[in-house]
Amino acid sequence: MTAPRTTAPPAPVLSVRELSVRFRMRGGHHVRAVSGASFDLAPGSCLALVGESGCGKSVLASALLGLLPGNAETSGAAHLTAADGAPAVELLTADEPLLARTVRGRRIGLVPQSPAAHLTPVRTIRAQLEETVRELGGGPAAPAAGAARGTSAARRPGRRAAREALRAAAERAADRAAFPLDHLDRYPHQLSGGLAQRAASALALVGDARLLLADEPTTGLDRDLVARTVDALRAHADDGRALLMITHDLAAAERIADHVAVMYAGRIVEHADAATFFGTPGPRHPYARGLLDALPGRAFAPIPGLPPELGALPDGCAFAARCPRADARCAVRPEPSDGVACHHPHPGPPPADAPEKSEEKGDRRARTA
Amino acid sequence: MLELRDITAGYERRRPVVSGVSLTVAPGESVGLLGPSGCGKSTLARVAALLHRPDAGTVTVDGVAAPGWRHRAPRALRTSFGVVFQQPRLSADPRLRLADLIAEPLRATGRRAQASAAVAELAPAVGLTADLLTRRPHEVSDGQLQRACLARALVLEPRWLICDEMTAMLDASTTAALVAVVEAYRARTGAGLLAVGHDRTLLERWCDRTVRWSDLAGTERVTAPGEGPAAA
Ligand code: SF4
Repeated sequence: MTAPRTTAPPAPVLSVRELSVRFRMRGGHHVRAVSGASFDLAPGSCLALVGESGCGKSVLASALLGLLPGNAETSGAAHLTAADGAPAVELLTADEPLLARTVRGRRIGLVPQSPAAHLTPVRTIRAQLEETVRELGGGPAAPAAGAARGTSAARRPGRRAAREALRAAAERAADRAAFPLDHLDRYPHQLSGGLAQRAASALALVGDARLLLADEPTTGLDRDLVARTVDALRAHADDGRALLMITHDLAAAERIADHVAVMYAGRIVEHADAATFFGTPGPRHPYARGLLDALPGRAFAPIPGLPPELGALPDGCAFAARCPRADARCAVRPEPSDGVACHHPHPGPPPADAPEKSEEKGDRRARTA
Repeated sequence: MLELRDITAGYERRRPVVSGVSLTVAPGESVGLLGPSGCGKSTLARVAALLHRPDAGTVTVDGVAAPGWRHRAPRALRTSFGVVFQQPRLSADPRLRLADLIAEPLRATGRRAQASAAVAELAPAVGLTADLLTRRPHEVSDGQLQRACLARALVLEPRWLICDEMTAMLDASTTAALVAVVEAYRARTGAGLLAVGHDRTLLERWCDRTVRWSDLAGTERVTAPGEGPAAA
């Protein structure tokens, strides 16, 4: 893949600073699900947020959408900017009516984890798309298709013209998601998994949001469907949207991401350029390295042990109990520096032919670039 | 030997999702069955584990032809299979603590007395710590619950393991860990394995041989019965 990966466009679509989420539990103790997450997401780029289930990545997504349960407490900031210079929305403090009316589905398009659960089984895809268009107030005057020419006539329309505009807007959304128009009149159960996923993506694209949030979009899909699904997501990013993909699927992340953020025990422990992360010199954080080495195409070796409980995190580095590099310093929690939160990170990109690692065995990628 | 012969199966009589498929797993062998989602491979896996009655065809387990499926299968035959599915939450009773979930098959077969010893042995093997064993499914992650489901599949020491997309929802490290548990069990007991999945890299790394669903189903239609391509 040779998607453009080097551009650093000006203003981020989403800017997250020191985002933390904790849940108040019975008995008064707290579970720190997300701690101090910071990142920017620029238009046209894709950030993959990766980590195992329970690492906090889904909670982070819910926080951005204002979908946390009542016992959650958030701190930090998450600014969602607008293309036209309209004021940014601070997602953590925005009230529910604002989120429901202008953010979810409109300024943030949601590509759901399980399209089957997201689509209404008793209605055709067309009916669901049209309803979403209607809910969002007629949909954008998208410049995409030639159909846009008719939209001014649809402004003070007869009923027929309104119908046609609605129909056109729904078809534009389907088209953007590469959903075949001749399948629009089918019901969800009549679609293959891949088409159901595209139908769900089409719903996400109705509002023509600048930020797309895809939560585990590839779970349970076969490899080629994974490829097609994430390539479609990538195409939306290439159209100038920002894409935040939350996934445990490293192959999917490798395929389309420009940047990778690895979460462990509620923290972003490494934030890296995707090309160096998946290629040479590879991940710098020992956990991230372990995660990649667990892939069946690599060493297929699990990281020993289990992640710590979010309600009982150690004072020091949360990975210490499983880390081959841990030493006394790791009893103090490492602050992120240069994109890595680790006292003993693996070497970063610049010295490409420096001795990659000394004390550890079995690194197959230790070769000069 | 686990032999599936000319299996036709589905959920509606006229629309079989599996037609005329044969597949053989030798004792101690691991066979990966690779196919896209919705192709019928999960149905075939359920037939093999005696959980779904086929419309036609036979399943022979260690020389014994299965006389029936589900509760119609003799218990000794049924319990020679350990099965792990893709979604642990759908296959775990939400009321059970993980320790009880793991021991469930022992209790169901009247061997309650062995439960605590078996759990004490299996839990560390699948990487579950003592504090997790007292929790219920909603209090653990998917990965932890799947570890418990794998322990449950192993608790009766089955001769055959059927893993249907066991790791499809899991991260890379948990995937590698669960596969290692299965392989350690097989190394110790000589159990055979049918691993169904869609990830070619994973199945080829994991299994002795990998069979593509399209080859299996496609060739079956034109080969004479008894010459299953998988037997080659
Ligand atoms: S800080 Fe220490 S324990 Fe944590 S990942 Fe780095 S080396 Fe390992």
